[in-house]
Amino acid sequence: MIINGKSYTKKIDPLLRLIDFIRDEAKLKGTKEGCGEGECGACTVIIDGRAVNSCLVLAASVNGKEITTIEGVSQGKLHPIQEAFIEVGAVQCGYCTPGMILSTKALLDKNIDATEEEIKESISGNLCRCTGYQIMIEGIKKAQDKLKKR
Amino acid sequence: MKEKVIGNRASRLDAVSKVTGKAKYTDDFFEREMLVGKVLRSPHAHALIKHIDVSKAKSLEGVEAVITHEDLPKIKFATAGHPWSLDPNHRDVADRLILTDKARYVGDSIAAVVATDHLTAEKAIKLIEVEYEVLPHVLDAEEAIKPDAPTIHDEKKDNIISSFGQAFGDIEQDFQQADYIMEGVYETSIVQHCHLENHTAYAYKDTDGRIVIVTSTQIPHIVRRVVSQALGLSWGKVRVIKPYIGGGFGNKQDVVIEPLTAAMTLSVNGKPVRYQLSREECFIGTRTRHAIKFYMKTALSKDNRLKAIHIKAFSNNGAYASHGHSIIMSASSKFRPLYHFNSVKVEPKTVYTNLPTAGAMRAYGVPQICFALESHLDDICKKLKLNPIEFRKRNLISLGHVDPLSKIKVRSFGIPECIQKGKELIKWDEKKKSYENQTGEKRRGLGMACFSYFSGTHPVGLELAGARIVMNQDGSIQLQVGATEIGQGSDTAFAQMAAEVLGISMDMVRVISTQDTDIAPFDTGAYASRQTYVSGAAVKKAALEVKDKVLKIASRKTGLKVEDLDIVDKQIVEKDLGTPLCSLEEIAMLSYYDRIHAEPIKSDTSENIRTNAVAYGVTFAEVLVDMVTGKIEVLEIYNVHDSGTIINPSLAEGQVHGGVSMALGYALSEKLMFDEKTGRPLNHNLLDYKLQTILDTPKIGVGFVETYEPTGSFGQKSIGENPAISPAPAIRNAVLDATGVQFNKLPMNPQAVFEKFKDEGLL
Repeated sequence: MIINGKSYTKKIDPLLRLIDFIRDEAKLKGTKEGCGEGECGACTVIIDGRAVNSCLVLAASVNGKEITTIEGVSQGKLHPIQEAFIEVGAVQCGYCTPGMILSTKALLDKNIDATEEEIKESISGNLCRCTGYQIMIEGIKKAQDKLKKR
Repeated sequence: MKEKVIGNRASRLDAVSKVTGKAKYTDDFFEREMLVGKVLRSPHAHALIKHIDVSKAKSLEGVEAVITHEDLPKIKFATAGHPWSLDPNHRDVADRLILTDKARYVGDSIAAVVATDHLTAEKAIKLIEVEYEVLPHVLDAEEAIKPDAPTIHDEKKDNIISSFGQAFGDIEQDFQQADYIMEGVYETSIVQHCHLENHTAYAYKDTDGRIVIVTSTQIPHIVRRVVSQALGLSWGKVRVIKPYIGGGFGNKQDVVIEPLTAAMTLSVNGKPVRYQLSREECFIGTRTRHAIKFYMKTALSKDNRLKAIHIKAFSNNGAYASHGHSIIMSASSKFRPLYHFNSVKVEPKTVYTNLPTAGAMRAYGVPQICFALESHLDDICKKLKLNPIEFRKRNLISLGHVDPLSKIKVRSFGIPECIQKGKELIKWDEKKKSYENQTGEKRRGLGMACFSYFSGTHPVGLELAGARIVMNQDGSIQLQVGATEIGQGSDTAFAQMAAEVLGISMDMVRVISTQDTDIAPFDTGAYASRQTYVSGAAVKKAALEVKDKVLKIASRKTGLKVEDLDIVDKQIVEKDLGTPLCSLEEIAMLSYYDRIHAEPIKSDTSENIRTNAVAYGVTFAEVLVDMVTGKIEVLEIYNVHDSGTIINPSLAEGQVHGGVSMALGYALSEKLMFDEKTGRPLNHNLLDYKLQTILDTPKIGVGFVETYEPTGSFGQKSIGENPAISPAPAIRNAVLDATGVQFNKLPMNPQAVFEKFKDEGLL
C-alpha cells in the first residue's frame, strides 16, 4: 500500500487491522484509536479519496491503495484546514483532531463548496467530547475560504 | 505602551503539534519488547470467589505471568484524586485491592495476564478458571440501605459509605413559620465521561529498580502516592510521567489502572507492560457520574422569599468508594452561595451498590444538585404563578455574603448581570408573550437555570500549586508547572500569565507540558477547576520572582532603583518615563556570564491558596417539543458566565461549548443502562450510549460578565467545569414551559418523554 506517498511492501498477518499497520508497522502515531469499533472516528484516514475508520479495515484489503494519514496532510507547511483549526481554536485535547481533519479533507477535496449541512454530515461520524463541534464548523468554513483563495 | 497578554485570544501552545498528529499520547511511546496486560472481569454483579485456577493460562505459550489477589499485597487502598490528608479522619475510604477477592459488580477485576501480544493475552484470559458463589445483588441506592439488602463490603454492613450532612439555621422554626411549603423529588441517571482516549498506561522498572509509569492521568503526583500505597512501596520508588492526554473530565482524577499496571511489570521482573482499556472496559471499569435522587422540601414566605431548604439525597456510588461522599458534600456546599436561605439542612447518604464505581465527573456533584434545585424552583414558580426570573433575582444573595459553614466570602458577584444578559440574548420577554396559549403538536418553551461553583477545593482540601521558571540567555523562559494540561488549555493560560508579568511575548514562553514526578513541581493536578485560580497564583509568584531578579541586575547595571524599573516588550525601561535602557537579553546574558555576579535567573516556588472564589453562571434555553413523538429539540441555548477576568476568551469559549454540549447529552440522551436482573451493562459502547454528535448539537451561545475577583492572581475565577452545570435544568424548565409537564428525572430522551406524556394523558 501507499501511505502518504510512500510505498510499503510487507508480508502481514491477514487479520492485522489497518490502524495497527499504520501505527505499528509504518510507525505513524498520529492516527488515534478511541473505540476500535468504528463508532468514534478518531482513527479516520483517507483511502483513495474516502474517509474511512482504519480500525474497521484489514490492512491486507487495502493492498495497492493510496492512504493519507494526518502526517500526510501537511507537506512541509500546514494545510489550510490545519491553519484554520488553529486560528479558530477548534483544538482542545487533540485526540479527535487528526480524524476530524481527515474527514474534513476528504469532503473538501471533493466539494470545496460544501454547505453547512454537508459539513455536518461529513463529520457526523467523528465524535468529540471537548469542543461541542461548533468551532470545528467555523474552522471548516474558514478552511473553505482559505482553499478557495489559494 | 505595555502590551496586554491576559485577555488575548492566544492560540494554544500545543495546537500545531496536535493538528499535525505529532503530539504524543501515552500509546504513542514505545519501550522495547513491550508486553501486554489484560484483565479477567467478573461476569457476576456480586459473587464470592471460591477458587481461581490459573494453571492452564500460565502454561499457554507467550504468557509471561498470571496474577490474582493472592499474588499481591493484602493492602486496601483508596483511589480518589485528592491530596493526602495528614489527619486520618479526613482520608478517602480505602476499600480496594489491586485485584479483588470478591466480585462486587459486573466488570470487577479478578485476575490479570501479562503476555507477548493481545491475542495471546485474550486466549489466556479465557483459560483462567474461576469458581464463583453468586450472591444476591442490589443496584438501587434506596434498596441497598434496606435491612435485608446484601452487604457489599464487610466494613460497611449497611452499605452506607457515609451520611455526614451539613446544616445551619433553625430549620424547624422556619418550616413552622412558613407560608408555603413545597416539595419535589428529582433524580439523575448514571452517565460517563467518554473522553476520546481510553484509560491507558505502561510501566517498567528502570535501571535503579524504581517503577516508572507513563499514564494518561490528570493527577501524576497523586498517582505516585496511590501506587506506592497500593503496593506498599516507599513513595520515592515510583515515578509517574504524564504526556498529552486525550481528555479526562474527572475520570482521570482517580487512580484507576496504574496500580495494576505497576503490579503487572513487577510480575515480569520489571519488563515493560502496556495496559490499555477497551472502550467497553472504559465504560464499566473506570468511573461514572453518580446518579443521585433528591427529596427537596422548601419553606417560603408569602412575599415569595425562600426561607429554608431541607434536602435528602441518595447518592449511588457503585461498588467502590472512590471519591465517595465528597461528591454529595461538594454538591451541598457549592449550591449555597447563590440564593439566600435562613436555614439549610442537607441529609445525604452515599451508598454502595453492585454497579460500576462512580467518581469525579465535570463539576463534581453540582450538575446533579443544580438539576434538582433549579427544577424545584421552577415547580414552585409554576405553583405560585411566579415569574421564574424575578423569583430567582428576588432571592439572590448579595456581594459580601459569607457562607455560615464554609466561611467562603463572595467577593465578586456577577450573577444579576449574567441573568440580564442571558435574558436579552434569548429575547425572553418577546418570546414569552408569543408562546402563550400554544395548543398544537409542536410547542415552544423557554427556560433558565442559575448556578454557583467554587474555584478549587478550599477549605476542604489542600490547594498547593508549584511553578518553576528558568530564563534562557535570550530572555525567553521555560515554565514548568505541576498542574496538568488535559485539553482545557491551562498551559496556554499559564504562558499568558508569565508573559504578562515578564513583559515578554508568548513565543518567548515555553511551557513544559509533560509532568514527570521526578522533576515537575509538586501540584495536586487538574480538577475542581482549580488551575487558573490556584496554579495561576503560583505561576504569577514565580514570574514576579524572576522579574525581581531581572530588575535587580538591571538596577546594578543602570544605577536606578529596582522600583523605578520595569520590563516592557522585552526591554528594561525607566518606569515613569518609559525610556528603554537595555534589552532583556542583555540582562539575561549578564546573569549567565558576568564574571563576578553571574547567577542564572530562575524561580522555583509554591503557592498554598487558602481562599476560594465563587463563580457564577446561567443557562437560557429555548426548546421545541413534538407532543406526538416526544422529541425535544433545543432551538437556542446561551450560557453566560461570571468567571472573573477571562484570561483567554478563545479557550474560555471552548470550555463553554464543550461543557454545554456535554450537558445537552446529560439532559436529553445519555444514560448508562444496566439489566436489573443481572447487573450487566446494556449500552457500554459509543453507538448505544448516546453522546452528542455534531448533528445533535445546536448552536451554543456564550457570554461573559467579567467581574474582578480580588483573590484571583489576575482577577480570575473558575471556568472549566462550570458550563456543564446549568443547561440540563434550563432545558427541563423550557420543556415545562412548553408542555406543562414536569420532568423530574434525567435524561429526557424520547422514550422517557413518550412514557411521561402517556402517563399525563397527553397521548
